[in-house]
Amino acid sequence: MEYIIEMLGITKEFPGIKANDNVTVQLKKGEIHALLGENGAGKSTLMSILFGMYQPDKGVIRKNGQEVKITNPNDANRLGIGMVHQHFKLVHNFTVLENIILGVEDTKYGKLEMSAAREKVLKLSEMYGLMIDPDAYIQDITVGMQQRVEILKMLYRDNEILILDEPTAVLTPQEIDELINIMRNLADEGKSILFITHKLNEIKSVADRCTVLRKGQTIATVNVADADKEQLSEMMVGRKVKLQVEKEKSNPGNPVLKVENLSVKGRTEGKNSVNNVLFEVRAGEIVCIAGIDGNGQTELVEAITGLKDSIQGKIILNGKDITKMPIRRRTLSGIGHIPEDRHKHGLVLEYTVEENMVLQSYFEPRFQKFGFLRFDSIKEYAKGLISQYDVRSGMGEKTVVRSMSGGNQQKAIIAREIDRNPDLLIAVQPTRGLDVGANEYIHKKIVEHRDSGKAVLLVSLELDEVLNVSDRILVIYEGELVADIPADEANAQELGLYMSGSKRREQ
Amino acid sequence: MKKEHNKKCSLLATESFGSFSASVMAVLVGLLFGLVILLLTNPSQAVYGFKAILFGGLSDMKNLGQVLYFATPIIMTGLSVAFANKTGLFNIGASGQFITGAFAAVFVGVKVQSLTGVSHWLFALFMATLVGAFWAVLPGVLKAYCNVNEVISCIMMNYIGMYMVNLLVKNFVFDVRKNQSMAVAKTAVSPKMGLDSIFKTGYSTSSVNAGILVAVLAGIIVYIILEKTTFGFELKACGYNREASRYAGINEKRSIVLSMMIAGALSGLGGALLYLAGSGKSIEVLDVLAAEGFNGIPVALLGLNHPIGVVISGIFIAYLNVGGFNMQLYNFAPQVIEVIISVIIYFSAFALLMKGFIMRLAKGKEEK
Ligand SMILES: Nc1ncnc2c1ncn2[C@@H]1O[C@H](COP(=O)(O)OP(=O)(O)OP(=O)(O)O)[C@@H](O)[C@H]1O
Ligand SMILES: [Mg+2]
Repeated sequence: MEYIIEMLGITKEFPGIKANDNVTVQLKKGEIHALLGENGAGKSTLMSILFGMYQPDKGVIRKNGQEVKITNPNDANRLGIGMVHQHFKLVHNFTVLENIILGVEDTKYGKLEMSAAREKVLKLSEMYGLMIDPDAYIQDITVGMQQRVEILKMLYRDNEILILDEPTAVLTPQEIDELINIMRNLADEGKSILFITHKLNEIKSVADRCTVLRKGQTIATVNVADADKEQLSEMMVGRKVKLQVEKEKSNPGNPVLKVENLSVKGRTEGKNSVNNVLFEVRAGEIVCIAGIDGNGQTELVEAITGLKDSIQGKIILNGKDITKMPIRRRTLSGIGHIPEDRHKHGLVLEYTVEENMVLQSYFEPRFQKFGFLRFDSIKEYAKGLISQYDVRSGMGEKTVVRSMSGGNQQKAIIAREIDRNPDLLIAVQPTRGLDVGANEYIHKKIVEHRDSGKAVLLVSLELDEVLNVSDRILVIYEGELVADIPADEANAQELGLYMSGSKRREQ
Repeated sequence: MKKEHNKKCSLLATESFGSFSASVMAVLVGLLFGLVILLLTNPSQAVYGFKAILFGGLSDMKNLGQVLYFATPIIMTGLSVAFANKTGLFNIGASGQFITGAFAAVFVGVKVQSLTGVSHWLFALFMATLVGAFWAVLPGVLKAYCNVNEVISCIMMNYIGMYMVNLLVKNFVFDVRKNQSMAVAKTAVSPKMGLDSIFKTGYSTSSVNAGILVAVLAGIIVYIILEKTTFGFELKACGYNREASRYAGINEKRSIVLSMMIAGALSGLGGALLYLAGSGKSIEVLDVLAAEGFNGIPVALLGLNHPIGVVISGIFIAYLNVGGFNMQLYNFAPQVIEVIISVIIYFSAFALLMKGFIMRLAKGKEEK
């Protein structure tokens, strides 16, 4: 069998860590090849090498049996290699269309020629069901839509080898199904796909073969059909992983958060993104807001945490009205927030791990004295969290966060927010991008948090997580809550109906 | 595990070494270009001229004192620009802050006669700092609350500042015969603190004064604020990621305004230190923006925005300037000298872009 791409014996070292250690991956033409590995195993690094963003220290890359040098993304593009990065590379003040054509734009008399491009983009978007608004600005659209833009960007360039670095981490289940269909179609057309994901279901349903990495080394390449999920996860983590969350029945106490008739203005005039929402979260319970991305859950959370103003209604935390409070005071009143977009809100990427670990608490007496930071205690504190939450990186607490793998960045945020022991933990897509082992651990921590008598508001697009972790499920549709169901009475079909707006509870 | 730790340390060392050697390399490249220009303009005297640049500042104690004297204002504006950079702002308004601060100092120096002794000087410095900070408020507020790019508003503030100071000088502290501001009272002049008796050659003393100590002190304070305090932690966080700072409950609008004001205060203080130096320099009524403000930019760049680096690069650039004066001995026109000095400075700054390149080079060597 001919391989279209071979990466042989690739080694890449970063300060303090060997991200890839003699890794070999061989991609057949027309196959969907999954890469599986723990957070920090080196998957993104390997793909960035194939895309020309890093140079390997050792090893060769072959295309169709011929050795090639890929020194930058343009080389990769010429070889027909396209990549969607784990963290998107979009220009925020450009429109969707401008982003898609950026770098390959047509010009006529020195002027941008967009109409042909627009046609092609719209055709592609329709063909693959990648719904986008070509004239919206990136800064105004949801993470989910940004992802679709990234995929379109690659399709627009007619790439034949497609690298998808955790494309599904930010998509809704429906979108994932669609994407999986798209990937199948693309593979049928002869395109070859390298696909990184932490979700074993997806690997089982779409991938032909799977290469497992652990700590920078290749463990094995297997035919997906011959391995079950348990085997795959064991290969990857090196131990058995419980894929099911274990928890007792909840025992809710007094309400911690009360949201009363809350409305948040929408992006477009005349339509609220959150409309007259009423619910409460009690101590000792995990309430989940389920819904398709873009139905107002982002705005709802931003209104509760204070990142956005509400136009109507009340937010009450522990009996105190916090509707008009500034963010810092809300945080201190007992809100912890794992934000949806870790790069936009969750982290200062230029800061080190330890600095990010105290981002919400640097002003507390344990971390400062007379306004001077107490570096020793910050370091000790960060080290504790790093080992407790298994945050992996090259240089421990001194690692600049930008250089960490996506999953480990996420773990750092979770560690920071849970460790502050907030009365109300708001977790938006907390396990986005985490490997199955970390996933299990974080779910366990969230349940522990509940069991210690705190309230948890979980926002998730993933039905598995919704059904698995929560005690009560609220479904949000077009800014309104359309269902309120105890988790043990809910099932995926029914939730799906609520989420798509085909069903709603009697008011 | 132990071994891994060792490795971390050695790599850390190369990192900071990398940035330092980058600055040194940049300077060497700048000097090389300077030499090329010299050879092109005046081949016969080029080598002498170049020697004068390289060693003029060191030729005697007086010249060394002059170096420190010239370094003082550009260290201050360099700190101003560097501070703003570290907090995510580009302070191109140092010029306006510098000159308004200078006016405040001169005004106090001339008009406030009730203060005696060193308190007069200190009060003049204080007012200059305040006015410099004030001059940066508007760009800061516009940036924070209306998202107006600070570069544009700073440039406007530069012109407003310059013309306003011209007007104020004429109205309040004008020396008609010299078309410049009046001399300040003796008490407002920066004390010498014995520096003049160290930095002199024979009976000819240099203009060095306590100003340089103030500048170095300012560098240390800026360093402490940025690297050691919660306040600096907040300001830098806002500079790197405004949204994340907001998420963390930092009042990001206030931080932006404060960053701008501190930057302005540093420039304003610089203006005071120059015009209270007792070297006979007064504010001239000319339609020219204060060059010290713009010179802060390469100083900051060459110092890698690090406060201590800024102090060093400020002294270095002043050193080139003093060397440049000596070139007049070899019949170089002052304009040519200025061009050459600028070439060296700007090419040095430019060559900093090679930082990444040097790091890669160092890494390649290590592997062999
Ligand atoms: N530019 C960089 N500088 C320094 N270290 C880096 C850099 N990029 C990655 N690393 C380190 O290399 C290791 C592998 O990172 P990589 O991003 O490839 O992991 P990953 O397998 O994609 O993980 P995840 O599932 O979390 O995305 C990590 O420990 C990371 O800290
Ligand atoms: Mg990754």
